[in-house]
Amino acid sequence: MAADPPVLELHGITKRFPGIVANDRIDFDLRRGEVHALLGENGAGKSTLMNVVYGLYKPDEGEIAMKGERIVLGSPSDAIGRGIGMVHQHFMLIPVMTVAENIVLGNEPNAAGVFLDHATADRRVRELAGSFNFAVDPDARVQNISVGQQQRVEILKALYRHADILILDEPTAVLTPQEATDLFEILRSLTQDGMSIIFISHKLHEVLDIADRISVLRRGKLIDTVPREGATEEGLAQMMVGREVVLQIDKEPATPAETLLEVEGLEVEDDRGLPAVRGVTFEVRAGEIVGVAGVDGNGQTELIEALTGLRKTKAGRATIGEHEVTHDNVRERLEGGLGHIPEDRLRHGMILEFTLAENLALHDYRNEPDSHLGWLRPSRMIAAARRLISEFDIRGGRPTSKGSELSGGNQQKLVVAREVSRDPRLLIAAQPTRGLDVGAIEFLHRRLVTERDEGRAILLVSLELEEILSLSDRILVMYEGQIVGEYPPTVTAETLGLAMIGGGLEEEKVA
Amino acid sequence: MSDAAVPPDDTPAPDQPPNGEPDGSAPSAAERFDVFTRAGGLVTPILTTILAFFVAGLVVLVTTRHNPLSTYWAIFNGTGLTWFFHPGNYSVHVPFTDSHVWFPFNTNGLESPTTPSSRAAYALQQTLLLTTTLIFTGLAVAFAFRCGLFNIGGQGQYVAGSLAAVWVGSSLAGTGALPHTVLAVAAAGLAGALLAGIAGLLKATVGAHEVVVTIMLNWIMFYTAQWLLGPGGPLNANPFTSTSADVHENARLPVFWGLGILQGAHVGLLLGIVALVVYSLILNRTTLGYEVRAVGFNPDAARYGGISVARSYFLAMAIAGTFAGLGGAMDVLGYEYRLAASTISLSQIGFLGIAVALLGRNTAIGTGLAALLFGALLTGTSQKNLDPAIFKPELASNLSLMIQGLVVLFVGADLLILYAWNARKKVRRREEARPQPEPAT
Repeated sequence: MAADPPVLELHGITKRFPGIVANDRIDFDLRRGEVHALLGENGAGKSTLMNVVYGLYKPDEGEIAMKGERIVLGSPSDAIGRGIGMVHQHFMLIPVMTVAENIVLGNEPNAAGVFLDHATADRRVRELAGSFNFAVDPDARVQNISVGQQQRVEILKALYRHADILILDEPTAVLTPQEATDLFEILRSLTQDGMSIIFISHKLHEVLDIADRISVLRRGKLIDTVPREGATEEGLAQMMVGREVVLQIDKEPATPAETLLEVEGLEVEDDRGLPAVRGVTFEVRAGEIVGVAGVDGNGQTELIEALTGLRKTKAGRATIGEHEVTHDNVRERLEGGLGHIPEDRLRHGMILEFTLAENLALHDYRNEPDSHLGWLRPSRMIAAARRLISEFDIRGGRPTSKGSELSGGNQQKLVVAREVSRDPRLLIAAQPTRGLDVGAIEFLHRRLVTERDEGRAILLVSLELEEILSLSDRILVMYEGQIVGEYPPTVTAETLGLAMIGGGLEEEKVA
Repeated sequence: MSDAAVPPDDTPAPDQPPNGEPDGSAPSAAERFDVFTRAGGLVTPILTTILAFFVAGLVVLVTTRHNPLSTYWAIFNGTGLTWFFHPGNYSVHVPFTDSHVWFPFNTNGLESPTTPSSRAAYALQQTLLLTTTLIFTGLAVAFAFRCGLFNIGGQGQYVAGSLAAVWVGSSLAGTGALPHTVLAVAAAGLAGALLAGIAGLLKATVGAHEVVVTIMLNWIMFYTAQWLLGPGGPLNANPFTSTSADVHENARLPVFWGLGILQGAHVGLLLGIVALVVYSLILNRTTLGYEVRAVGFNPDAARYGGISVARSYFLAMAIAGTFAGLGGAMDVLGYEYRLAASTISLSQIGFLGIAVALLGRNTAIGTGLAALLFGALLTGTSQKNLDPAIFKPELASNLSLMIQGLVVLFVGADLLILYAWNARKKVRRREEARPQPEPAT
């Protein structure tokens, strides 16, 4: 192996954009049959570097070599021609077309010169999927298959074009834990067949799980490349962030006071009219964080939507503070002391076309001082935004920048800033750290604990067990629309995991 | 830490369509709108217009063997905008007063319609009349657009406004000049608001699609007008011509240039400009405008923010309808002074508002400029104003329709135009990227 030159080498790659050096003299190499992880915070330059490799950007300095031979990549088709395939974080698939059609798209087998030869396309895709042991149905429409399967289709697309270098951009961001495990199986078998993989991520445990070597980028610079053996989460986190990161949050025991959220026998239906929340009763007190754990799709989303007024309650009662809010609308609940960090910040949390100042005023635009008698006061909104941007360290935008200009982590900070600054008595946080890097997660976790200590009641819903375990003062487990158990924070992940799949049903039934 | 510090990726980076699943679906309307807006202010609409004129010019060349440039020049002459080519030193009468002031353009002497400057003045007044109405019908479409609604009902709302204006304007004899005008104009706005409000209400309550509802309301208004104005109808004054009674002098919009009887320019133009300002103020400076824009961009986030999406839909449609209804008042009280069933059957000005809003990209300034463009185009290609020696006016009015159609088509193909525009840069970049032959290592 040492005799072979690396399949891909980058020497001193520098890429500048107006006002910033996105990549600063980066050296990187990829050996045949290895998984080389590229680790870094959002905006560290990982995507830029990979876009250089994929031919989307031309580097200002530095050179690229494949198997020891110097090359120039002018476009993605050059890169594809040289066997480089890329799976983007957001898939480039056409939902209404079948798996086979998507895979052959751009390189279709023709019948009579103009028509797509469905039979051949189908057969080739079947052979390809079979040879790599992929479980996908070539005839299924992409819109009907799971996200994990869509990702496999993307990988097959690259393999169909004879890729031997595969770039995966944050592949697990959209996957469930089980799907991620399946993906890793696939990646291991691909590398055994001689495929080389660049794995972009900011999740430390994943990188330690799958990678052979790990390169860490920070602010456009390569910090170090280390083998997996001997690497630790703490060490990698420190390299990424540039300072010591506390992965385990220190917090005092909770001192719960008065009840701020009381839920009694709540029943909620999902979009199809089927029962999603089936009689849930619990309470959250001032000064405590109550975590709701559960496998995705067990009614958590519907529970939150019902509590925040986005979805109708079918039966039962919800009380925030002293007021029953079961049939209140969103505005009444917001005015009544509710803060809500929504599950999907792009769909609910912010309006990408609005400025940061407008986004920060999303609940309070109609109140003083953001407006007066129906007239907006942009200067006050901007002044308020400037304060929040500095207090919450929102980077990458001014008050008048568009929301879409922020990175995911900073968008989330903006949402948190808005919700917390309204001084809510009850804060409902759904998946507050989804898609964030360690630095931002640490910030958010600390902030949630601070808010707890200031006497807010916090309901935390998360699919990340670690997050639930490290933050919660009490843990509720939701399974098939019911709360099937309540646990102290000292519970083990194994017990919780068992309860999440219905195993705890007999022993500790609450509802 | 901040992706924004790293410049825009060509690959779809974290910003994803607001309501799209991460499945690589086509860009949402809002995203396209955003691309369109960001793509460089005036560039796209101007390119759109030039492209439409260019393609229409090719058709002229191929089908009539006329030189398109001389045809366009003749149309331009017919718009009256050449009036501005005759600056001078004039003492002109200030409208609604007895005083005279110095002015660089001659607004006197319209009594002798033989001089080029006077002929141009007449044509220009026509252009301004159409521009005025188009501003209102354009805003009717634009305002609804900003709330994410496609208001196809501008025509029906315009008719509703016209009928209300002629009803109030031709009754209430003896009312003072200002109150009568204000009443007639207000009635027209209210009629448009009520009609569009039906569509808004149905959208807000049962989710009926506004496009379907407004199209149906257009037909309802069309036949209502035929009945009201036809023989035996409540507004009919002349059963042989199916026309209404005349609008009282007091209810008419004062003419500030030219003569009312010759369809001079009336104060509606100023009201149109005020409407553009009001439109912009409502959207950008009021809490209502904030709600409308929030709902237009992302209804889910608006709801999460505590905004009543249903209320915004209703109010946006009602305001849009008010604009269209006012457009009807401008025509009836400004120069038509009566309504004929036949006028209503032929009227297209509400539909043209869609093209105006699209080309103006739903901004106040854009709508004003697009209204002027279409108003000038209609006037320039009319029988009265186009020099028949150069181009047959009956062909020219079709040419005008074709240009309108092409503009709408190319506005729909916004991304194509952007692509063509960016292609220049890409070619340049590729030339840079194609490097000097590299020595092998």
